[in-house]
Formats: sequence, C-alpha cells, structure tokens
Amino acid sequence: MLNAKIPEGPLKEKWTHYKEHAKLVNPANRRKFEIIVVGTGLAGASCAASLAEQGYHVKSFCFQDSARRAHSVAAQGGVNAAKNYKNDGDNVYRMFYDTIKGGDFRSREANVYRLAECSLNLIDQSVAQGVPFAREYGGYLNNRSFGGVQVSRTFYARGQTGQQLLLGAYQALMRQVSVGKVQTFTRHEMLDLVVIDGKAAGIITRDLVTGKIERHAANAVVLATGGYGKIYYLSTLAMGCNGSAIWRAHKKGAFMAATSWIQIHPTSLPQSGSHQSKLTLMSESLRNDGRIWVPSKQGDQRLAVAIPENERDYYLERRYPAFGNLSPRDISSRAAKERIDAGHGVGAMKNAVYLDFSKAIREQGEAKIREKYGNLFRMYQKITGIDAYQEPMMISPAAHFTMGGLWVDYELMTTIPGLFALGEANFADHGANRLGANSLLQASVDGYFIAPYTIPNYLADEINVTRPSTDHPAFEEAEAAVRQQLEKLLAIKGTLSVDHFHKTLGALLYNKCGLSRNAEGLREAIGDIRALKDSFYRDLNVTGDDLLNSELEKAGRVADYFELAELMCLDALSREESCGAHFREEFQTKDGEAVRNDADYCFVSAWEWKGATTEHKLHREQLTFENVKLTVRSYK
Amino acid sequence: MKIHLKIWRQDSTEAKGKFVDYDLSEVDAHMSFLEMLDSLNELLISRNERVIEFDHDCREGICGQCGVMINGRAHGPLDHTTTCQLHMRTFQDGDTILIEPFRAAAFPVLRDLKIDRSAFDRIIQAGGFISANTGQAPEANSIPIAHETAESAFDSAACIGCGACVASCKNASAALFTSAKISHLAQLPQGKIEHRVRVRKMTLQMDAEKFGACSDTEACAVECPQQISISNIARMNREYLVTSLFSI
Repeated sequence: MLNAKIPEGPLKEKWTHYKEHAKLVNPANRRKFEIIVVGTGLAGASCAASLAEQGYHVKSFCFQDSARRAHSVAAQGGVNAAKNYKNDGDNVYRMFYDTIKGGDFRSREANVYRLAECSLNLIDQSVAQGVPFAREYGGYLNNRSFGGVQVSRTFYARGQTGQQLLLGAYQALMRQVSVGKVQTFTRHEMLDLVVIDGKAAGIITRDLVTGKIERHAANAVVLATGGYGKIYYLSTLAMGCNGSAIWRAHKKGAFMAATSWIQIHPTSLPQSGSHQSKLTLMSESLRNDGRIWVPSKQGDQRLAVAIPENERDYYLERRYPAFGNLSPRDISSRAAKERIDAGHGVGAMKNAVYLDFSKAIREQGEAKIREKYGNLFRMYQKITGIDAYQEPMMISPAAHFTMGGLWVDYELMTTIPGLFALGEANFADHGANRLGANSLLQASVDGYFIAPYTIPNYLADEINVTRPSTDHPAFEEAEAAVRQQLEKLLAIKGTLSVDHFHKTLGALLYNKCGLSRNAEGLREAIGDIRALKDSFYRDLNVTGDDLLNSELEKAGRVADYFELAELMCLDALSREESCGAHFREEFQTKDGEAVRNDADYCFVSAWEWKGATTEHKLHREQLTFENVKLTVRSYK
Repeated sequence: MKIHLKIWRQDSTEAKGKFVDYDLSEVDAHMSFLEMLDSLNELLISRNERVIEFDHDCREGICGQCGVMINGRAHGPLDHTTTCQLHMRTFQDGDTILIEPFRAAAFPVLRDLKIDRSAFDRIIQAGGFISANTGQAPEANSIPIAHETAESAFDSAACIGCGACVASCKNASAALFTSAKISHLAQLPQGKIEHRVRVRKMTLQMDAEKFGACSDTEACAVECPQQISISNIARMNREYLVTSLFSI
C-alpha cells in the first residue's frame, strides 16, 4: 500500500503544520546543492526561480528555444482563487469542495485543500510581479465564473491569462539567471533519468542543435514537463508537448498514476481534414455567454441562422438545468459526443456543435461581447474564416489535459527519492476531472508555494551526502542506452514517417480509450498498439543526421507513446467504474450518466514498470474522505 | 491547389545557404501554412531527403516560436498574424512562395528556417522584471490600479517575443520588443520603482546584442501579431532620456 505521507491533524491545519515543521537548510549549505528543473512552464519556471531566490543553484532545461514558450503560455481563460472579492459566498472550503466534487471524488482531500488555500497567495504573487489582470473601474481586481462552480472566482487577463502568468514566472526566472543562480539550457531535451543508490542523481540530455549528449548531476531532480495529451496526435497541446521525461523516469522506477484520465475539452475547433495537426481551443469562458445547441432534426442541412428556435436542442440546458452551459468539461464533452454520434452533428464533417452568442449580443450589445472575448472571436475568424458575431461558432471536443501523471506524495515527491514531479506532470490534485482554471493554479502553487518547502525538507537530510559524479557507471550506462536508442531509430530506414505512426496511434487511442471506453475495445486496443509498435520499429524512416533533426526528436517521443498508450489502456481496463473523464460504457445509468463504484474503486491506481516484456504491477493508494461525503456528482 | 515553393536551406550557422525549389500539387485551402510545410516534409521523407527545419510549437499564435519571412514579409501577407495562423486560402492556385528565415545579425540561423533568438532572453535578463521574491507579496487588492492603466499595461505585455519586429526593420532594431516590456512594467505602480534602472540596462543590452537603431519607419508595428503599438517606443525613449538627463 502506498503512503502519501499526509500530515496529521485537521484538514485546515495540515499544510500550516507541515510548513512549521519542515526541515530547513542553512543558507551556507544551500549554495552547495544543485537542483535540476526540467520544463519551464508555470510549474518549472516558478519552482526554479523560487529555489534560486532561496540560494540553491538551479539548472533549468526546456526543449523550446526560450523558457517563455512553454505551453502554459496558451492557457486562455483564467486562474481560480477563493478571494471572495465578489462577496458571493466563496471561501477556501467551498473551492476545496468544488474541486473534490469536480474531480469525482478521486483526489486527496489534503492536497486539494492545500491547493485552494494557496490560491489566495498566488493572485498576490502574480500582481506583485506585474501580471496585468482585469480590473474593475474602481481599480480592484475583477473576476468571472467558470465551468463546474456557482461562484465567481476566476481571475483573468483577457483571453491570455496563461501567457501573462507565465511571463511573470519567466521574468522571475530570468532575474535569477542575471544574478547567476540559474543556468538555462534551452533547446535541450531530457532523455533519461539517472538513479544512484535508489535516489535521483541527474539526467542525460540531448542538445537539440548540436546533437551532443550531455550528463548533468544533481542533488534533486524536478520534472515539470506538462501533460501527454499530445499522445492522441490531435489535441489542444503544442506540437512539442510530450510524455518522454516522465515516461523515462517511470522506467527508472517512478510509478505512474491514473494514466488513462485525460480530459477531453468540450470547446475546441473541430477537425476539418486529414492534414490537420492541431485542434485549437476556444476558452471555456465563452460558455458564460454562449449557448450550446444542435439541430433537433438529424442531419439538418440548413444554415444555423435559418433554424428556428423551436427546432434547436439546447441539450446542456435540457439535461443539466442547474449548471446548463457551464456544466463541467467531462459532462459537456460527453453530451456533445452523444449528440454527434446520434446524427445531430454540424459542420462539413458533422463532428461539431454550435456555440451561439446571438442571445448575449442581443441582451448585452456587441460592444460588451467584443470587450470580453474580442481576441477569441478574432482567433476564430483567423482559423475558420467565419465571423462569430454574425453566426454561431462550431466547436467540438478535443484531448486537452492529463489528470494522470507521475504518482507523488504530499511533498510532490515520486516513488524515487529526490525526484519530484510538479504541475500537470504529476497526478495529484484534479482527481478524475479537472475544473476549468485550476491547471494554471496547480502548476503555479506547486512551483511557488509547495516545492520551495518540500524540496529543502528532502535536501536537509542530504547535507552530508556527496553529489554523485557524472563519471559514475550509472551515468555511463544511461548515456550508452540513450545513444543506442537514437542510433536504432536512425538505422531503421523504412518508408513511413514518424507522423504517420503518431496519427495512427492517436486515432486508435481516441476511439478506444478516449471519451468513452469498454473492456472489449480496450483489449483490442492493446493488441493494435503492440502491432503498430512492431511496425514502427520495422518501417519507420527518420531522414537526416544526428545533429539538429526534428524527425529524430519526434521519433523518440512517439516510441515512448506506444508504451504509454498501452499502460493507458491497461489502467482504463482495470478500473471497472465510470468516474470523471473515465467513462466505461458498461457502467452507466439508463440516462447515460456515469456510475461510480466507491466500494471497490475509491483508490488511486499507481503502476510500476516491470520491464518491456512483463505487465505493469498495480499499487493502490486508498483515498479516505473525512471531511466530505461521497455523493453522486449531479449537475442536474 | 498547386503551389511552387522556394525555400532557404542552410545546414548550419557556418554553412552557406541557398534557395531550393519544391512543388506541391495537392494543397488544401483549409491547411495552415505550417501544415503545408508538414506535407512537404512528408514528401521529402518519402524521397529519403532531410526535412525542412522550421520553428513552431503551439500553432495557435501565442507561444511566439514560429516565424519565417514569406514573400519578403515577416509571418506572411496578412497583418498581425503569426505564421501558424496563416492559412493557404490566403494564396492562389499556382502561386510561387518564397520562404526564408527571419534575418538579423542578432538572430543567427541554426539550420534552414530555425534561428537563435536567445538575444531576447538576455534583454529580459538585463532588467525585464519586477524584483519581487516568492512569498513576500502583499494582498493583491492593496494596490488598486485603474481599469485603463491595467488595460494599457496589458496591451504592452501581450508581446509574444517572436521577433517579427526585428525581421521587418531595415535596421534589425529590437526597439518594439524592448520597449513593450519597459512600457508594460513602467505603467504599473509595482513596476515603476525600478523603471530607471530597467530602461538603462535593457537598452544597453539591446545595443550589445547588435540590434540596430530605431529610425521610426513603423514597419515593426504593421507586422506585430499582437499589435504592439509604436507608442511603446516613444515611452521607452522618454524614459531613457529622463534617466540620462538625471544620470541615475
């Protein structure tokens, strides 16, 4: 049984108690420690900057050409905080409850409470850094409501909240670079984790410009490498987002948790053809004023504006009157899929639903809507060529956020001592479904407020341990394995591109282990994935050399996706219930609502790698609820 | 549609580059410009040739990693649009498209269309931040900021750091990029405290990186995907002048 090391005491005092008793490292010793942080998104940049401010020496790695480009930059809608500025009954407990319920009671009480508690500080921190959040005319901070809640707690900077928060963290990071406390390695990809005496001791990286393989030793390694939703190929993620850093750590002993829990976002732009590389997200905030509908008649060919009001099915308002268009993401996506599968989909590929602003424009005026969402409407027009002030947007579900990730304890440490996982790379706070505007929050809170306590608490016991040398056999062995894999990929010289395999894998996974799953489909998928993987190692063609070569980069990532995909299917197969994003068709009510099984599945599945030819081993972390009552999650 | 491409190929920073001709016969008008390049790369792989290296990541216009010169314009023929948000419907059947990297002494070519923009990071390192450590921030609402001020600061802060301004400038000046950050922070009460040190250090770094001087042609503002205003440069110059006069 896994131990999450949750502090004793009442829920409200756990984090305070932890902070009061966490071990410290004296300032003179801090500069002797070297910490590696992989990833420069909100979690990575904030963690690296905060540790450097404390006096540690930090090496920061990212595959992009600058730390400022990590995919946190693309989050549009906002960040949650229980500030109760609107005096609408919000508080830390309510935010905790909304998040636990939104996650379908599959997350840890203590973690989620801490997340809500730290949300207050995050807004203060960001404002101090100069993040230009939206303001009321009186000069105070403004906020708005988001899916899954009934209060207004989402702070935003137009539709570019992620960008502004990230720039705050990036600038804090650059400030530490300027004083020599952080060394940045851009266009570098982590290709393996080095473990010595059971502890994280460093990483092997590849310089993506020169192709040079490098060894980096450290006293602690932090993975803040984001999610792996790009496994579906078509997703809202950036093209470079990948699961390789966490997967390679997993193969070195870190458990992967809740691997199949991937959020499919309801408001993305639909796929328009086979050439498509990316599904662009339209912020969920649009659902505040937009109404979602499909034609009541199957296969209705009329233009949206020609369909009269009584022939439109506002299916979210119909099925979930209490939350309506603001129902949580998993429920909204599934409801859209249900209508599309039933033949009511719209658009050229009949794979979309309408998001209609005509009522809001009529009631509030076009100018108001333009002020709130102008950049999103502009983006929509750029991509589709359609003016959404005149006709409804067309939206469709798309793979978005991975609730699953490396298993971590309360201190965000993985099952490998000295290896920490932050932000989307860990599984921790969102349970089986993440609420909107909680991802920027979790990434920031992990990096600014949690890791700066928990990492020193680990290092305090390492003061008398010498940092391993990069000449250690474990480094040599890891480097040799990395070289061997790269050579192998270059040597296959088949006929098919990496993208071909990635697209095939993605489609397969989306159908069998996407919005809904069943045992038969999952078993088939495992077989299909293995067959595709065999063909990858037979037919792949990576052209070019071992210097700057984007095909070689992609090939390594897709090789990992095959193994990860298989674990996703295994994880989904082993959980015989429906919860959050994990919808098993065998476990539903006759109205198509999810049926959770608290008696048998109130635990986190954490998987241990047992080698390429042996099946993963399942470890359970029992979830205990002392402060909330497990209820059927109803938004009706 | 049929498209004829002339694309800059260069093996490394030191190597000499040249334009190479390619033909695509089945370009879908709904494709994004980068998806068109993806399809060309598929073709090159089938011919066992090295693919065309180009920078890109989010493909939704916000990360700032993509950017090439298309027929002589940064990010292509549309105003205020990143390369990733340009679609092939903007072009005509039979068009010839010339694609080359952003060119500036401060942006060396790494391979083909990929360039090194780390000079931008060093400008930010010189002072593009507010010196606020983690954990010491006061209650957010204790610093009221007028709605208009916050909106105006946001307009400057929206810069994505793509470098189109530099590529469009005949002097390869980074004035728009640098001034946007100076302006974002100087407008806010939290950022005002350090504004004089900031403007001096950031402009010094800008010069040290071999970016040219600004000669007010305003070409940068036409291409900027985030419509960063030229008035930021005026604000930077004013800040710089005041700082110099009082030699702080």
